[in-house]
Amino acid sequence: MSGVLDGRTTPETAARSRAVGRSEDIVRVALIAVGVGFLGVVVVLPIAAVLVEAFSDGVPAYFRAIAEPDTLAALRLTIGTAALVVPVNVVFGLAAGWAIGKFDFRGKTLLTSLIELPFAVSPVISGLIFVLAIGPRSALGGWLREHGVRVIFAWPGIALVTAFVTFAYVAREVITVMESTGRDKEEAAVVLGASGWQTFWHVTLPSVRWGLLYGVILCNARAMGEFGAVSVVSGHVRGQTNTLPLHVEALYEDYRFSAAFAVSSLLVGLAVVTLVAKVSLEAKTRAKGKVQS
Amino acid sequence: MLVVSCSKKEANDANASSGSGAAATVAPVEVEILNVSYDPTRELYEAIDASFAKSYAEKTGVKVTVRQSHGGSGKQARAVIDGLEADVVTLGLAYDVDAVARAGLIAPDWASRLPNRSTPFTSTVVFLVRRGNPKTIRDWDDLVKPGVAVITPNPKTSGGARWNYLAAWGYAKRKAGGDDAHARDFVARLYKNVPVLDSGARGATTTFVERGLGDVLIAWESEALLAKSRPGGEKFDVVVPSTSIVAATPVSVVDKVADKRGTRAVADAYVQFLFTPEAQAIAAKEFYRTVEPAPADPPFARVALFTIEDEFGGWDKAQAAHFADGATFDQIYKPGN
Repeated sequence: MSGVLDGRTTPETAARSRAVGRSEDIVRVALIAVGVGFLGVVVVLPIAAVLVEAFSDGVPAYFRAIAEPDTLAALRLTIGTAALVVPVNVVFGLAAGWAIGKFDFRGKTLLTSLIELPFAVSPVISGLIFVLAIGPRSALGGWLREHGVRVIFAWPGIALVTAFVTFAYVAREVITVMESTGRDKEEAAVVLGASGWQTFWHVTLPSVRWGLLYGVILCNARAMGEFGAVSVVSGHVRGQTNTLPLHVEALYEDYRFSAAFAVSSLLVGLAVVTLVAKVSLEAKTRAKGKVQS
Repeated sequence: MLVVSCSKKEANDANASSGSGAAATVAPVEVEILNVSYDPTRELYEAIDASFAKSYAEKTGVKVTVRQSHGGSGKQARAVIDGLEADVVTLGLAYDVDAVARAGLIAPDWASRLPNRSTPFTSTVVFLVRRGNPKTIRDWDDLVKPGVAVITPNPKTSGGARWNYLAAWGYAKRKAGGDDAHARDFVARLYKNVPVLDSGARGATTTFVERGLGDVLIAWESEALLAKSRPGGEKFDVVVPSTSIVAATPVSVVDKVADKRGTRAVADAYVQFLFTPEAQAIAAKEFYRTVEPAPADPPFARVALFTIEDEFGGWDKAQAAHFADGATFDQIYKPGN
């Protein structure tokens, strides 16, 4: 047990080294190796493979694939859909979380189950539900069509099913946090004379911000990456109703493998942008929120 | 959200109606039509659309953009029935065009509106094997031998796969002097040699070509020759059987949609364009057999060809007897044996 042989000579480290046995070192190294190895196989390797394939026809071919009008249209559609769906789901998730986490009312369990329903439904079924409900052969869809509104096989349909499959992400995260923080602070705020809006803005919202942020990240990732449900309502019109994931599939089936992976790398890039946004937002909120929490 | 879509739609409508109106008058305008097609025609229609746009602009001064949607033939027909606004359908089999017609979107006499039963090009069913043909596949009989792994997609979900199935059936039936029981036994043995049933034709080709599964791919001649012409194609040989089927891929204007959108003139011109020497030459270059003799006709192998009308009495009968739920295919195919 001579853990002092590692050259670090300050009294503190020496003491700590003695406390940590060699067998524990092995366990620690083994655990880290398993963790890193797993991460490598599950995350790093596939991403590396995507990038290698994407550039397999050379850098100019990569940028040509990205700059194609159909790819740019798919990119616009995907970002536009997420930009529409995520804020809607944030508002909805906060409202639902506030109602369910902070109040008791009849039918609360039912409402919670309804919110979680999209998690339980296969994405393909989600898409078909909308084709049946608002497709042109349904009563509502027929009426919309008569008034010149196209929903299914056009971008509103894509936004709608995306909202459906992603809407539980924010709500679920926020509800959990709201339930766990309890109502004491809100009650104190109200007793001290705060209005409902003030209570929500200055007390509730700061307390759920991590849950909210996490929900937004998940919601955004799913909104950009959704394939099954969107595939059913998209109609696959190139340059119009193909989202990025659908466009990747189309390119792949065209035997244009490197282009398919180039566009995949765009999706990876979007994910990275989301993560960077999250980290910087976290840092800012932490700096600003130090007094409050 | 709907408000925005509404205004966008009105803009589209204005565009489309001014387009058809102006086709008769002076100002050059833009019209957009949608061609809903099946899976393996992506390269073909990419080339044809560009050529059509050029020729139509020269004749009428109208700038046409042809949008494309591709997917499994049956799935695409379904989408059109469910409201995908296709001005034109170019599908893998007449049965799927009939399905759209039955939904009331296409006139029942669609097949007689254009030459050759509204079929501008055809293909046939051949085999793609590994280089040097290590399993010595020469004809359909070699596909039912033990130890030969055959790749073909699922005829329940893929139109292309139905042609494959019917080609095998027709071969066996003809060989046995018209005996359906013999054909049934032959096809059952063939599907015993199929390790995976992909859901679509392109998926099956990718399974064989990219993933290296199987000894022989039953494929359309156009798909086989395309795979052979691509980089890496020297790893495969095309084997042409003694007898095969004419895979007829018909086209039609979707009357309801074209009339509603005011794109009738362009849509009609588009489907008629498919029968012109220009389009036929492009089809030949993309390895489709042309109905009009084309200048650049590639040297297609000679095969004894039969049609679905000859051997099966048309698609309605073939579908009911072979591919409906509980029909022959369901009876003979048991996964995992």
